[in-house]
Amino acid sequence: MRRPGVTPFLVALAPASLLFAISTGSVHVGWAGLWHALSSKAPTLDATIVWKLRLPRAAAAFAVGALLSLSGALLQVLLRNPLADPYVLGISGGAAVAALGSMLLGLGSAWLGVNAFIGSLVSMAVVFGLSHMRGPWTQTRLLLTGVVVAAGWGAALTFLLAISPGSDVQGMLFWLIGDLSYASHTGWAYAALFTGLLLSLPLARDLNLYTRGELVATALGARVGLIRTAVYVLASLMTASAVMEAGAVGFVGLIIPHLLRLLGDSDYRRLIPDSALLGGSFLVICDTLARSVMAPLQLPVGVITALLGVPVFLVLLARARFP
Amino acid sequence: MTRLEARGIRLEIGGKPLCTGLDLALNAGETWAILGANGSGKTTLLHVLSGLRMPSEGRVYLDGSDIRLLHPRAVALRRGVLLQESEPGLAAEVMQTVLTGRHPHLTPWGWEGPEDYRMASMALAAMDLEEFAGRALPTLSGGERRRVEIAALIAQDAPICLLDEPTNHLDLHHQIKVLALIAARSRLPGHLNVMVLHDINLALRFCTHGLLLLANGDHRQGRLDAILDAQVLERVYHCPFREMGAAGDRIFLPV
Repeated sequence: MRRPGVTPFLVALAPASLLFAISTGSVHVGWAGLWHALSSKAPTLDATIVWKLRLPRAAAAFAVGALLSLSGALLQVLLRNPLADPYVLGISGGAAVAALGSMLLGLGSAWLGVNAFIGSLVSMAVVFGLSHMRGPWTQTRLLLTGVVVAAGWGAALTFLLAISPGSDVQGMLFWLIGDLSYASHTGWAYAALFTGLLLSLPLARDLNLYTRGELVATALGARVGLIRTAVYVLASLMTASAVMEAGAVGFVGLIIPHLLRLLGDSDYRRLIPDSALLGGSFLVICDTLARSVMAPLQLPVGVITALLGVPVFLVLLARARFP
Repeated sequence: MTRLEARGIRLEIGGKPLCTGLDLALNAGETWAILGANGSGKTTLLHVLSGLRMPSEGRVYLDGSDIRLLHPRAVALRRGVLLQESEPGLAAEVMQTVLTGRHPHLTPWGWEGPEDYRMASMALAAMDLEEFAGRALPTLSGGERRRVEIAALIAQDAPICLLDEPTNHLDLHHQIKVLALIAARSRLPGHLNVMVLHDINLALRFCTHGLLLLANGDHRQGRLDAILDAQVLERVYHCPFREMGAAGDRIFLPV
């Protein structure tokens, strides 16, 4: 008795969002031009815009949105806390300090992403190591360790912003809010996304048990220790890959899984693929709006995710029977 | 037939010894009551017997094999556990929660089939929760949530059930209903129950055997009507008891 749920709608939404992204922008490419550009490889201006500019960026946005939303869904069950998002354990903080440090030192944009990724891994190792050092593992302990490490990174960030020359600060702020203009690791992002999906889907039913508590899950035959480590490592790597690509895009990882829960997806076998689809489509749409609503001025996508997502989420939450 | 066996169990929490040298053999057809004062180690012992926790010393055997060495799913097919309190989690529907009891019966990639839904619906009906299948857990009262947990245990359909204070939060009608249902399961072939209880009179009515945890690691076990008397209860609970009624219909009241 599987209910179809919202999955068919999301499967249709994903290509629709990509189509919206490649047909929208400061240069008008009509439907005919779009069809021509997509069907023939002739190097027209339209084709260059679609193939070289819009499609790579939309693809990057989809991967980042899917990664963040999936990792948010996983961390919410790992911490059994509805407020958990991909950044709650300080992963973005470590990435941000490394990225802003690279900007301050004038390293190129290629280094920026790689350093951000390394920063995430350092933060992840510190939090995981500290929360497992002595005594029993608890969700509260992991959460507190993460939140405090994040606060530490926050102080380091403020320090970096304070000592940076004014000309660098705007770029730094864009990175902190989340911006896809410099996305250049899309292949890696998709590799992380597919790895995350492939490894988390077999755990989906165990994650359903996990929502009833670790001890209940153990009693029903779930390998809780394995799940805990796998979910933490997967969620962290996916977040790090997203941050490397687009900076700390906020909001997606917190809201998209909850939006799906409000729409009736509480089974992780559905929530995992649906989170990836909706998160990806949502960020594609947001990024398209970010580069077109105030064109030629480009906004960081993080502004749009919140401006668009907050009212939608609040309306759904107000109408919901639970949580 | 001995299904669940404990040998040489010693329990200790925070350096404080709870029970020592405990040997238990639980046979099909029996319903055991674990009785003891607060902090005497009832829950810890139940977790040890369930394989959820390592004892400080000793081993637990399920059908002759060390329970810690068996595959977790194989264990979950044979024994179910009702915990003392449920942890608040992310909001879920009642039916979905009861279906989690079917987890051990499903193949790794399988979805619940008609049989699983049938078992879950029967368990819900047994707990008077038919109307609640589509409700969200947070909208239920404490006693109703407790019945959902019990329905999940019944849907799991494990022959060996270990229950930690199953009557918690339940009204009197449902206390009797739940205990009668659990006790009746022990008459199915190969089935047995172990429950932690605080009500001696309910234990006398629904359980065949008892394990009394006394102070300083001492314990008594055997057929419940044979081991219970006012003197031993005073040693368990540190307050005087009065016995009323005749054999077969005894009641103990604390005075």
